[in-house]
Amino acid sequence: MSKRKKTPVGRRRFLKGAVASAAGLVANPQAGRAQQQHEDHDHDHQVVPSDPALRTKALESLLVQKGLVDAPALDLIVETYQTKIGPQNGARVVARAWFDAAYKKRLLTDAPKAIAELGYTMGEADDMIVVENSPKVHNLVVCTLCSCYPWPLLGLPPMWYKSDAYRSRAVIDPRGILREFGLTLPEDTEVRVWDSTAELRYIVLPERPAGTEKMTEQELAALVTRDSMVGVSKVSATKAGGQL
Amino acid sequence: MNGIHDMGGMQNMGPVVYEKNEPVFHAPWEGRLYAIRRAMGAWRRWTTDHARHEIELLRPADYFRMSYYERWLASTIELMIKKGQITRTEAETGKPDPGSAKATPPLKATDLSAVIVRPKVARPDALVKAKFKTGERVRARNMQPLGHTRLPRYARGKAGVIHMDHGIYVFPDTIVAGLGEKPQHVYSVRFEARELWGPEASARHAVYLDLWDDYLEQI
Repeated sequence: MSKRKKTPVGRRRFLKGAVASAAGLVANPQAGRAQQQHEDHDHDHQVVPSDPALRTKALESLLVQKGLVDAPALDLIVETYQTKIGPQNGARVVARAWFDAAYKKRLLTDAPKAIAELGYTMGEADDMIVVENSPKVHNLVVCTLCSCYPWPLLGLPPMWYKSDAYRSRAVIDPRGILREFGLTLPEDTEVRVWDSTAELRYIVLPERPAGTEKMTEQELAALVTRDSMVGVSKVSATKAGGQL
Repeated sequence: MNGIHDMGGMQNMGPVVYEKNEPVFHAPWEGRLYAIRRAMGAWRRWTTDHARHEIELLRPADYFRMSYYERWLASTIELMIKKGQITRTEAETGKPDPGSAKATPPLKATDLSAVIVRPKVARPDALVKAKFKTGERVRARNMQPLGHTRLPRYARGKAGVIHMDHGIYVFPDTIVAGLGEKPQHVYSVRFEARELWGPEASARHAVYLDLWDDYLEQI
């Protein structure tokens, strides 16, 4: 660092001097908010300024040179989360539970085992718990402390789930949150909020919509949305959920 | 630590912003960083608990202005330095220190299962007696630890009911403090919203938290 001109330390105190000058690795304080606040548009432009991108690139290069990470393994991790692990996995589990009452019973009593029946290996540390919605009980999942999420079945969490707004309000005003998502529950429905404070991971088994009695398991799976498995929406018999 | 990360029950954080057709990563660097974190975790020099705490150590103003993955970037670098995986000089220069040894990564592209499956770290092979039984009323301790904890402020001092015994897990508070795994039972504890938020709250609203034995006391 001494060889280069001094960097304004105060503004970058959060890095505590780490990752600084060599590659111009300086954080842009505005970058994050821009990313969190945009909404409802396509991503054909660069959302995050190149700054953290450069810093990450320099970090990867350092770690590869030190033999600490294998670049192709990083490629594989990225690809796996982009294509193989996502809400489509959870949707299959939900559809099976709707379709097969015995499976549903197993799922509600020992979720990791029932989920493994469909070929999804969870990682033993990820103890999944499935909570069932009914006309009397509506379940909502949150992580107020960080971003715990049932990723083996739903993939990585969306921005709104990780947002300060959702994390702060889900436990104190769940009905308000649900109204923002377009879901107004009857007064006598009990709302149960699951704050993922330990290593247990929660997923909601939504109510099977009326009018789907003749559907196949595959057709049912196509209706199940990510949001319904977090508990911020219900499943509709007409709107396809698929990847959402 | 009573940090800004512990935000359950806070108000005025604005509306929940929803993005339609949200991509898994918003920019390629986010994916690379996510992968770096997973791959560096495979060295087992630190656990998820350490990684969480490093984010908690960000100053509140920085926490708020950073995006999710910017928090990860800053905290991961700091964690790798603390755990001796890289030096501060290396983080600053972006180049290995002269004469530093070259390692062999534990995670290879051939180990797809290692990429997807998280290692069994949270559930130890220990036999510890449960302090509480399902259905028992308990109170979350009123405590203000300076280090890492998974007992949110909004539940401290509040009474609830043991809903379920999840079994034995390692204890994040002592792991991050360097005081060992201290295995103990974790329970799902049900708190009525009126206990947490007062008489104005709905009678048809409850919050369930997963809490370790050491967070709870008998009533």
